[in-house]
Amino acid sequence: MGAQLRVYRQKIRSAQTTKKITRAMELIAASRIQKALQRVSASAPYARAVTRAVSAVATYSNVGHVLTTEPEVVRRAAVVVFSSDRGLAGAFNANVLRASEELTTLLTEQGKEVVHYVVGRRGVSYFNFRKRTPERAWIGDTDTPSFATAQEIGEEIVARFVQSTDDGGVDEIHIVYNRFVSMLTQEPEVVRLLPLEVVEGVDEPESAEIFPLYEFEPEPAQVLDSLLPVYIESRIFNALLQSAASKQAATQKAMKSASDNADKLIRDYTRLANNARQAEITQQISEIVGGADALGSAK
Amino acid sequence: MALNVAVVSAERELWSGEATQVIARTTEGEIGILSGHEPVLAILAPGESRVTVADGTVVTARVEDGFLSVQGDTVTIVAGTAELV
Repeated sequence: MGAQLRVYRQKIRSAQTTKKITRAMELIAASRIQKALQRVSASAPYARAVTRAVSAVATYSNVGHVLTTEPEVVRRAAVVVFSSDRGLAGAFNANVLRASEELTTLLTEQGKEVVHYVVGRRGVSYFNFRKRTPERAWIGDTDTPSFATAQEIGEEIVARFVQSTDDGGVDEIHIVYNRFVSMLTQEPEVVRLLPLEVVEGVDEPESAEIFPLYEFEPEPAQVLDSLLPVYIESRIFNALLQSAASKQAATQKAMKSASDNADKLIRDYTRLANNARQAEITQQISEIVGGADALGSAK
Repeated sequence: MALNVAVVSAERELWSGEATQVIARTTEGEIGILSGHEPVLAILAPGESRVTVADGTVVTARVEDGFLSVQGDTVTIVAGTAELV
């Protein structure tokens, strides 16, 4: 067998093995999307209830709250980036990191110091590689995020927000995550989480709805005190879930195109291998014919 | 008239349905809700909330944190972490 032919066959085999792997990953991702989407919709009643309650308190009590007050001067802003733990998801991590870089540039131009919080290993390694160590990182819980992680993140950033700027606190908190639009589209979304603009949330309740005059227990201020962090946690949990679903969808898409590319490679190399084989045969025939001719004329 | 009750945790809706009575533990103490209760927003203390269904069975939910909202005859028990017992 000719050397050329052997090389082509090797390449075909290698593409076939790769294709098996990418195909398997595609199927796994496809089944996980459904689970991730179910979790997103399962958490919707909670998000709705929390948003409603916050709106109700905000409407019927005139209490100002530290989480809703706009600071006069914003000196430091925090950006929470939701990436994934694993790659092989096409532009998923690149998109969210690019969006966060754009936001960082914008905030820096406005004269704000920017600190980063990162969720997901890919984001952490991105920041570490650029020698910009994130303030705090959460890894290992991006595939099926638990509510406990959301609570942890919420507590951390609320504590940081409440702290005074001189002690290292922040005046603004933004989150950047991939929003699940459809199986094919996941868009990086940038939201300012704190200070809160209550009622003008992402999924605000029907605006025509009039809230009844609630009796607050214990006091409106205290109710707001414990509700707002819950609201923040539910927004973060939603971002985590959306990001997880988007990651699976992005993986599925990336693996599908990888499998398609492998198919194309296999086809191309098969043609080349056939060509090489045919050329070899033709050469052998002409060698035999030439040899026979030479023997015949030598007599 | 029956109450429309939903017990909701961050992960999912744990239970929903019609009930005659809801007893929950707020930070101020236990509160019992029957049909026609005034609108309330109360912060829950860790403990058990009991929902009495029309046929007399009691659904108990252990709640870690969260709040209770009553509006009209709709009662929502909202908790970050909760489980049915």
